Formats: sequence, structure tokens, C-alpha cells
Amino acid sequence: MKQQFVNNAASSVPRVRFGSWGGYLPWIIAIIVVAVLPLILKSSHSVSMLSQMGIAIVFALSYNMLLGQGGMLSFGHAVYFGLGGFFAIHALNMVGDGRLSIPLELIPLVGALGGLLFAIPFGWVSTKRSGTSFAMISLGLGELVAASSLMFTGFFGGEGGISGNRVTDITLLPYSYGPAIEVYYLIAAWAVISAALMYLLTQTPLGRMANAVRDNPERAEFVGYNPRLVRFFQFSLAGLFAGVAGGLYAISYELLTAENLGAVASGTVLLATFIGGVGYFFGPILGAMLITYLQTTLSTFSEAWILYFGLIFVFIVMFAPQGLAGIIMLHRPAWKAGLMSRLLPSYALAVIPVLLFLGGVVALIEMGYHFRTNYDPSEPMGLFGMKVVVTQVMPWIVAVAVTLVGAVLCRLSFRRINAAWADVDAILAGEKR
Amino acid sequence: MTAIALKLTDVNKSFGAAHIIRGVNLEIRKGERHAIIGPNGAGKSTLFNLISGRFGLSSGTIELHGKPINGLPAYEINRLGLSRSFQVTNLFHRMTVIENLRCALLWSMGYRYSFWHLVPRQKRLNEEAERLLEKIRLTARRDVPASLLSYAEQRALEIGATIAGGADVILLDEPTAGMSATETEQAVELIREVTEDKTLVMVEHDMSVVFGLADRVSVLVYGQILATDTPEGIRNNRAVQEAYLGTTEAA
Repeated sequence: MKQQFVNNAASSVPRVRFGSWGGYLPWIIAIIVVAVLPLILKSSHSVSMLSQMGIAIVFALSYNMLLGQGGMLSFGHAVYFGLGGFFAIHALNMVGDGRLSIPLELIPLVGALGGLLFAIPFGWVSTKRSGTSFAMISLGLGELVAASSLMFTGFFGGEGGISGNRVTDITLLPYSYGPAIEVYYLIAAWAVISAALMYLLTQTPLGRMANAVRDNPERAEFVGYNPRLVRFFQFSLAGLFAGVAGGLYAISYELLTAENLGAVASGTVLLATFIGGVGYFFGPILGAMLITYLQTTLSTFSEAWILYFGLIFVFIVMFAPQGLAGIIMLHRPAWKAGLMSRLLPSYALAVIPVLLFLGGVVALIEMGYHFRTNYDPSEPMGLFGMKVVVTQVMPWIVAVAVTLVGAVLCRLSFRRINAAWADVDAILAGEKR
Repeated sequence: MTAIALKLTDVNKSFGAAHIIRGVNLEIRKGERHAIIGPNGAGKSTLFNLISGRFGLSSGTIELHGKPINGLPAYEINRLGLSRSFQVTNLFHRMTVIENLRCALLWSMGYRYSFWHLVPRQKRLNEEAERLLEKIRLTARRDVPASLLSYAEQRALEIGATIAGGADVILLDEPTAGMSATETEQAVELIREVTEDKTLVMVEHDMSVVFGLADRVSVLVYGQILATDTPEGIRNNRAVQEAYLGTTEAA
């Protein structure tokens, strides 16, 4: 009986895999979704957000080649994204001048080359060490490149950055890539191809040994591998794909600045990847989509959006270290055994308490923000469709009360969820029917 | 005269002021099963770490099939055909049993750092991994992550990963430590089976394992080889009895 329990527990342990629903199905679904989405979300805001998601997905997947697959915590991955982008935008400008002749569809390859070109020397230096030393070196290299970007203004364009024009009239397909929707499909195609290639990489000897070196670099040596070289090759390829993302960014925004290769950009991709879940191949895809959504949408609703972003990250680190993908995959054994019906009622019961609690917290944060940042705090603010005057005591009492009631109800409803899970685990372990 | 697989000449190792290995001379014959015994702190594990390239020597030479290997990184020594297991289980803990075995096979099957082969499509590699899985009797645990195996199973996988690469000199560091009597019996059977036609050097505390498995035994005391002989010879060696076995004989 114990044996069986261990088996069940095993299936919920992270592996870098694209689920187990057969090989191609998730890819076919993904391609259909990618093709159909802009037909549903037609507004220019949505299409630009979807394009941004595509870029973020490639970038986050390339970051996970380091963090999730190779155990390398990098604080400077945006360097390769940014440098790839700068190479691409210069190539774009040269094509525009008639000095180069590269079809627009292949410009991301220039980005890839730029990313790879710098990932090779920087990777050689930083992969000598693993763990904390690696992280520190990546931080140092990131700062170094960010500082250089202000020195070499010819290449980086100084404060203003380098702008370009993607409509070069040199294309493989009969599109101008002027309209945002055409750019979306170009980005989508590259994102799907890059994701597929990165997935295939996890299945190669190098990809497997990257996992091995992540788990136990010493043992890797005793099966004949130099862990440094494994890390180095993995790092270089991650730089290449970051460069693809940078190239797509150059096409989409037609502007690259030093910010694109700076510490904030490096931090954002780390957060996106971690929130999505580093233990599963599709985790970073979820993370990149969520973070892009928050960045583009939440920022128009609230000045405090970075704070929410931080809260989500802290919540994930503390309560769901396997990320969104981990939360989803946790349900796989129950799903397969047809036991979701035992979990869903308890989840449904928790919806209102959670909304109450979150609503209370959001109200407190927003009111606090309004109070501290507004020139005239007594000016009424809009909150959940109500007009609230934060200099009065009543709104605060209500917000605190809602938060507290929400917290108590959350506790009670989470007990139900735990009980439901205990039930499901017992059935899975064969201790109960 | 039989060929020498592994030859240690005047091997010394100091950690700061502590002189742990003090002039070890040892010849391991090709194809023999050789046990190294000795009291705790005698330097047995250190000696293994020196041979396998985990630590560098302070002085002396180590030759594998006549080629000096001291100073080489561990992965190069491994590629020359020497493989080791660890006293404390040392696996790719988040990877499944079969993945552990596959990774242990990759280099020896010539894949190097390839990022253009797809592992699931490599027929010979996968067959070999499955064969190995059967050999170490973990078929039922094929897709379980190494960290969730029982202790004895982890030890078996440790042995599997050690022999996977086809090395002809195998170093096993206390392969039966912490096992129950039945588990030990199975482990000895497994070791006997997988080291057929290979040179085996093992550190072992369990005397029944040593005398049951080894062709020759070396006794290491305070960083020096006190004696090397057949198990029978060691049992009757007065110096060994005084230094080491005396306590167990009395018990």
C-alpha cells in the first residue's frame, strides 16, 4: 500500500515535459489557439498584447533553459534579449538603407545570432561556476553591458535608443508587415517554431545532461561529462533563443533602448518564468502570458500594479513554488482518476471568500495609494464602481472589515479544500473508495 | 604475471596539516575483486576520491592500465574506463530511474554534448537502458524519481549508474552500508553479477561481504596499507588482527 502511495506521489513530481497527453496534441491545440485568438480579440490593444505575449513566451522559455532545465539562476538574461534586439534593429535599418538584403521574416535570425555571439563569451565566463557564484557573475555581466550601452552610443543610441522601420519592402511572403495583425502572425509563427525547438532540445542528450548537471554536477562528472561544458552549451543556446525574442521585439516595437537589456528586464523574465513554473516545459508560457496581461491591462487600472505583481510573486514562492504549472499538474492524478468532482465543490465554496479577501486587500492598497500619492487626498476616488473619500474613516472601517471577514471565511473554506484533498489522496492511495 | 589494472605508487594526501593518506602503494590486478577494509577514519573513502579524481593528490602517482591519471579531472578518468559509486547516495534525484540510467550511458555511447539527437528515438540507447534496469531489478520502479526510491533501491540504482558506462574498473564505496541482512545478500548477488569480467575495488565494513566477495583484501590503517593478501591470509595475519580485526574477532 505504501508502495502505491509513493507511485502516486511520484507522478506529481516535476519533470520537464509537455504533459503526457501524447506527443503532438498540445502543439496542434496551441497552433489553433494562436491562429484563432486575434479573430476573437480584435481590438488593436488585444492584438498588440498578444504580440507582446508571443515575444515574452519565447524569452521566458529561453530563460527556463537556464533556470528550470539547467539550474542556473541568471540575473542578466535580458542582455542577450537586448543585444539580439539591437542587432536586429541595426539589420533592419541596413535593409532599409539598401546595404543589406534580408527578408523581414528572417530578421529574428539576426537577433538569434546577436544573442548567441554574446552568450558564447559571457557564458564561457559565467558557467565556470554554478549556484550563487553563477548568479553573481550574471548580475555583474548584466550591469557591465547596461553600463556599456551608455558608453557606446553609436550602437546603442544612448538615452533615446535606436529606432527603425519594419516596412522594408523585402519580404518572403506578400505582406508588408505594416499592420499590427500581420506582425502578430509573424511573431506567432516564430514563437511556435522557437517553442517547438526548445522543447525538442529538452529531449536531446544535451538537454538531459542539463537536467543531470542541475540535479548533481558531481555525479555528471562521474558519468563522463564536464558539467561546465554542459552548462556552457545550454547557456549559449538559451542566449540564442533570447536573441530571437529580442529580434521579434525589434520588429514589433521598432525601437530598442538600454532598458531592454537592463536589470529590470532581466528581473521581469525571472519573475514570469518562476510564476509560471520552472519544473514544467509549459510553465514559462503561462507565466509570460500572465505577466504580459498584468503589465498591459492592470497598469491601466491601477498605479499600484507593480505592487500586485510583487504580491503574486511572493505568494507563488511561498505557497506554490512549482508555479501555475505546478498547481495545474497537481490535479493530474485526480483528473485521470475521475476524482475532480470531489474537489470542485470545495473550490466553488472558496470563490466568494477569496474574492472578499482580495477585494478588501485591493481596496486598502488602492485607498492607501490614493491617500499618499494624490495632491488632494480628499478628492473622491473610484473604487469597484463606487465613489470613495479616503479622508473619511468609514471606508477604511468597511475595507478592514471586508478583509477580515474574507480572511476568516477563507480559512474555513480552505479547510474544506484540505479535507477534499485528503479524501482524494486516500482514494488514490487505495486506502479508501 | 597478471596485468595490473590500477597501480598506486607512494600516494600521499594532506588536508592542511592533517596527513590522511601516508604513502600508499597498491596494485590491483586486472579482473580481481579487491576489498579495502580498515577502521573508521583510516582514509578509505579519501583513497577512492583520489583514485577517481574527486580530489587531487599531494604527491605520488596513480596509473590506470599503465597510464598515469593523477591530476586528470574526474570526467576524463571516467572516460578512460574507471567508474565509481558513492558511500552517500549521489544520483540525479529529480530524474526518474530510467533517466538516471540513460544519462549514465550517454557519454560511453558516443553522444557527447549532442543537441541534434532525440533521446527517445535512440533505439540502442533505450534498449541498453532497459536492459540495465532489468539487471538491477528496478523494472517496476522505472518511472519513479530517484529521490522517492527506498534506500536499498537507491543503492541498486547507484550501482547501475556506476556500471552503465561500461567501465572495466569499478570502485564501489560501501555498497551495502545501512542495509538489512536480506538486502545485503541481494546487493552482493547484484555486485557479483554486474562486475563479472571486470576489475572491482570496494570499500566495505561488512566482513561477511568482504570475505564472501573479495579475491584479495587490503587493510588500510592510518593512511597506510598494513597488508594485502587473500581473505584467508588476512584473517590469519597477526598484525591485522591486532590493528583492526582483533576487536571483531573478540566480539
